[in-house]
Amino acid sequence: MRKSKSATLISKQYRRKGFLIEVWLRLRTNRGAVFGLAVLALFILIMVYTFIFMTPADVSKIDSKSRYLPPSSAHPFGTDDMGRDLFVRVLYGTRYSLAIAFGAVGIGAVIGTFFGSIAGYYGGWTDQIIMRITDVLHSLPGILLGMVIVTILGAGLQTLMIAIGFTVISGFVRMARASVLSVKTSEFVESARAIGMSEFRIVFSQVLPNSISPLIVTFTARMATSVLAAAGLSFLGFGVPVPLPEWGALISAGRNYLTTAPHLTLFPGIFIMLMAFSCALLGDGLRDALDPKLNK
Amino acid sequence: MDSHFLEVRNLKKYFKRTRGNVHAVDGVNFTIDKGKTLGVVGESGCGKSTLGRCVLRLIEPTDGEVLYEGRDICKLNKRELKDLRKEMQIIFQDPFSSLNPRKTVLDLIAEPIKFNKLIPNASKADIENRVLELMETVGIAERLINTYPHELDGGRRQRIGIARALSLNPKFIVCDEPVSALDVSIQAQILNLLKKLQKELGLTYIFITHDLSVVNYFSNDIMVMYLGHVVEMAPAAELFRNPMHPYTKALLSAILLPKVNGNPERIQLRGEVTSPIDPPDECRFAKRCNYLCKACSAGTPPLLEVEPNHLVACHCIKPGMNILQEQPHLISGR
Ligand SMILES: Nc1ncnc2c1ncn2[C@@H]1O[C@H](COP(=O)(O)OP(=O)(O)OP(=O)(O)O)[C@@H](O)[C@H]1O
Ligand SMILES: [Mg+2]
Repeated sequence: MRKSKSATLISKQYRRKGFLIEVWLRLRTNRGAVFGLAVLALFILIMVYTFIFMTPADVSKIDSKSRYLPPSSAHPFGTDDMGRDLFVRVLYGTRYSLAIAFGAVGIGAVIGTFFGSIAGYYGGWTDQIIMRITDVLHSLPGILLGMVIVTILGAGLQTLMIAIGFTVISGFVRMARASVLSVKTSEFVESARAIGMSEFRIVFSQVLPNSISPLIVTFTARMATSVLAAAGLSFLGFGVPVPLPEWGALISAGRNYLTTAPHLTLFPGIFIMLMAFSCALLGDGLRDALDPKLNK
Repeated sequence: MDSHFLEVRNLKKYFKRTRGNVHAVDGVNFTIDKGKTLGVVGESGCGKSTLGRCVLRLIEPTDGEVLYEGRDICKLNKRELKDLRKEMQIIFQDPFSSLNPRKTVLDLIAEPIKFNKLIPNASKADIENRVLELMETVGIAERLINTYPHELDGGRRQRIGIARALSLNPKFIVCDEPVSALDVSIQAQILNLLKKLQKELGLTYIFITHDLSVVNYFSNDIMVMYLGHVVEMAPAAELFRNPMHPYTKALLSAILLPKVNGNPERIQLRGEVTSPIDPPDECRFAKRCNYLCKACSAGTPPLLEVEPNHLVACHCIKPGMNILQEQPHLISGR
């Protein structure tokens, strides 16, 4: 029997550094992931900046003398059909895309993963009910579903987030269910049962952590498509109300001037692409970093 | 007689399939006394693991009783069962899949302790203390405490599995082929460890294996299973000295033990294995038996005490009458 009660029972060199630090150490070795993380961090900084230093008035300041100006030092991204500064508008629009990419997809992911795991683990009629509802959700076109929700709840950022969140749920339900099915019969789940764990707890402490990789990949893929879907809804007038510079809405507004003022679509397009691209890179890196088997 | 540590009565487990029910365990009876080991042998798919899981109620038996210290565990509610789980543990066959790959050795061994709150008001140090103690007991070096299972070899992983089971201070452990996935040299180490633990902690084991030489080293009694039925049960020495059931004879002839007066020829089993899906009411071994007689299709043979403590289920072997020996012409030799 050891008698010491001090916290230094395990010799220092065998101690572990803590889970998040370990994940970071692994993530750091992946260049793409670091790039993705840096870009997303930059977007977040931009968002914070616009919250502090910009008012809606700055963004919609109309100047009829300087319409369709190409990029210059005074207007780095040029100006639009009402002479508004595109640089200011694009920076200001960061908040909508971030809210969609993280907020809306996050909500959908949590709800979808919860129900998907339960369906996969319990099976039987629980599975049947959840999956039939998911099938119905899945068979409705996302845009249509979004339009219905926006019509019911009224246009606005929150509604747009709910609508987008709703359309991604079915993907997460299916993904979570499939990966739970693939680990639930493994012996370590039975081993958890043998120490007395309840089924519900087993799902969330044993099964889900082992299904995390495909979920992260789904998450980042959905972030990219959702930013685009939000743009689509905005274009149709079901998204963020008109004068607000959501990136997708900016592209829609600029599409009539593709030949005369290409910068109107180019810059918001680059930003959307950067956002989607860095989400995907970060997702890939995270998937590897969260898996202790890939430790070097 | 109510004094048995564990008594299993008419235990059945059927799995539903589209084509019918798989009779994985079909009317099994046995008893184990405290501190003893019951060896369960039989070929792959005969229902050994299913039996072990039913006895621990990791899966719900279709029918039957499992009396643990006189209490029927099939009738316990969730809370009572959770309490009892601390006393009855299992060691799994595959040390590669029985440990959660995302947990370190420390987490794996601490998990049962934390979850069951075995140490009241435990601090982190208390738990680490206990984990280190268990690691010492099962022989894992302290330096491995923060490694992941995939970084360790099979023997060490199996030791972690044993430490996990021991962490709850159980009285009874089902060892489901604990060494069959390991190298022969490591097998011996793990078997010695299990034996040492049994002696020190007074554990009772059900020891499942398909390897008769392993079970001989370990068991007080041996139970031979064939397609969900028990075909022979006897004390280990008796079973090896005098195997009676044709299936046991074939199994024993397959392990090459050195014998002074010439090894009897290895018995080959031919014929098709009866399907475990809704099998007909006849001797399930009949299709492969080398000693076919008329009685074989006359219902399922009951398990009878042919000699003291030696039970056999064969139509040709009854107390005081062993047709297989008395009338060798029945040996058809197909
Ligand atoms: N969950 C299940 N669902 C359906 N059938 C099952 C299930 N588990 C086991 N079986 C069937 O029950 C029978 C007995 O299986 P079991 O795993 O108990 O055999 P075993 O003796 O442990 O074999 P092995 O030596 O390969 O481990 C087999 O025919 C198997 O296919
Ligand atoms: Mg088995």
